[in-house]
Amino acid sequence: MPLSDDDVREILRIIDESDLGELRIQTDGFALHVVRGDRKIDGPAPARSPRSRQPEEAPATAPPPAHKADPADGPLTTIEAPMLGTFYRAEAPGKPPFVDVGQRVQPDTIVCIIEVMKMMNSVTAGVSGTILQIFAANAELVEYGQPLFEVERA
Amino acid sequence: MKRIKRVFVANRGEIALRIVNACRELGVETVVGASKADRNGLAAREADRAVTIGPAPASESYLRDDLVVQAALGTGCDAIHPGYGFLSESPKLAARAAENGLIFIGPPPEVIELSGDKLRARDEAARAGVPVLPGKEIARDDDVRQAGDEIGYPVLVKAAGGGGGRGIKLARDPDELGNLVSLARSEAGAAFGDERVYLERFVASARHVEVQIAADEHGAVVHLGERDCSVQRRYQKVIEEAPAPDLDAATRNALTAEAVAFANAIGYRNLGTVEFILDVDTGEHYFLEINCRIQVEHPVTEAITGRDLVKLQIHIAGGEPLGFAQSDVVFDGHAIECRLNAEDVARGFMPSPGRLSLFAVPENLHLRVDTHLYPGASIPPYYDSLMAKLIGHAEGRDAAIDVLQEALEDLDVEGVETNRMLLISVLGHDDFHRGAVTTDWLERAIV
Repeated sequence: MPLSDDDVREILRIIDESDLGELRIQTDGFALHVVRGDRKIDGPAPARSPRSRQPEEAPATAPPPAHKADPADGPLTTIEAPMLGTFYRAEAPGKPPFVDVGQRVQPDTIVCIIEVMKMMNSVTAGVSGTILQIFAANAELVEYGQPLFEVERA
Repeated sequence: MKRIKRVFVANRGEIALRIVNACRELGVETVVGASKADRNGLAAREADRAVTIGPAPASESYLRDDLVVQAALGTGCDAIHPGYGFLSESPKLAARAAENGLIFIGPPPEVIELSGDKLRARDEAARAGVPVLPGKEIARDDDVRQAGDEIGYPVLVKAAGGGGGRGIKLARDPDELGNLVSLARSEAGAAFGDERVYLERFVASARHVEVQIAADEHGAVVHLGERDCSVQRRYQKVIEEAPAPDLDAATRNALTAEAVAFANAIGYRNLGTVEFILDVDTGEHYFLEINCRIQVEHPVTEAITGRDLVKLQIHIAGGEPLGFAQSDVVFDGHAIECRLNAEDVARGFMPSPGRLSLFAVPENLHLRVDTHLYPGASIPPYYDSLMAKLIGHAEGRDAAIDVLQEALEDLDVEGVETNRMLLISVLGHDDFHRGAVTTDWLERAIV
């Protein structure tokens, strides 16, 4: 049984209200993986093949958290794509975007979805502040590490 | 006709650059899917577009078929070229590409799957009339000793999911065999997700000879001659050449005919390589495996046939007929390739990543150099250590050897350790000059 948009919203709401750090749901033809932005994301896990890691790949495998936080950067920072995929600003066509310019975000605010082969990966802000700019266009391919949002730190 | 207009290059290093250049000459656009470590590499810069598919480790980038297909779709590509290594022989990538309306430049998924199953490939080869070494699968409850006695010692224990020299063990007597079979089974389960192992007769004195085949989607299959890749270290090829030196005409004809027959029997498509083992003591030859990709050593075949194999792959994948018959394939001269690796030979061939302060390859009409490196380029620690392939092509074998020796001596490389001196000494060795070295020769020569 596929998950409906309402199901997804409901799941996101439950996560928002809980203190879960990570959640995976998989049914036939649908998988959802939500990770809070303040967690170290160990790769886009749901889509990973069962292949074992190779020894030389052990160090530094974790992609950076979605935002590049460096106190030396000053008040401006960017939220980068934690994986390659199709960038979606909203849960579904016609739905309001997760965030818009001028909106305040918390580290665990979901800012977008990146789809990789039907796997919907929620991306959280990972930082507190205000969205100043949205760099990526809806439904377009974003690369690993591509800046998605500019944020002024709170 | 599903003519290919934009190719997604799912690889790195020299082969990614090789594919980009071939596409450019065909008027086909390219998108290189690079890891973060390769984002500023030559292949990414030379392509029409490059995207970062993931972080440096291959398991998070080059080995992710989902990211590759997503990136190919998102950049408007109509085909994926997997190169060699990484996902080049992944039936999953081939299937996923097809499901998403993309052309996989290689054989269909079911053929890749058959080729990856070394036991099934062996059976299919035997059925097609290709000689295989005496051997048999060892199921859990089988009498290992009896099977070993039937085949004779020493005997090889091989993993059905292995290939390319991986998952092979040598047992000298029944006691050792008993231990190795259970070890091999658990290792094979862990490494390949397939516990099946089989025994195969060990050939003490062997040459590795392989046949390049090409098959279009309209049923035509041809061969493009053979290559000798006997200079190996731990089953990894170091020097390859075409044609195979001192190969009698009867054996050559048998190998090429059998390779074509096998390709026909399994419905092979696109380019592939049928590998054989040649027993030097008896003169017999046996099927080893079939590889479903462009080989690292493809340039020696290109040199002596005058045909661009990467373009041919794209051509075939686009549904076009081969455009030539077996009788049109003619051979000119002798070509030898050596692989320049960033490795420290003195320290057990340890990889030697780093930044090249100096890298200049000599120019010579008889020399081709395939490389993605340049002064200032860095060799990341995440991938294989291949720096460049030097290919010498001349009228005769000795002249081709001279071209390579001169090139290696004139090569300027600083910043990393390389196997250059090893290559020079192999090329200058009497055994190599006489032709026909065996696959264990290099390792014995190093000691």
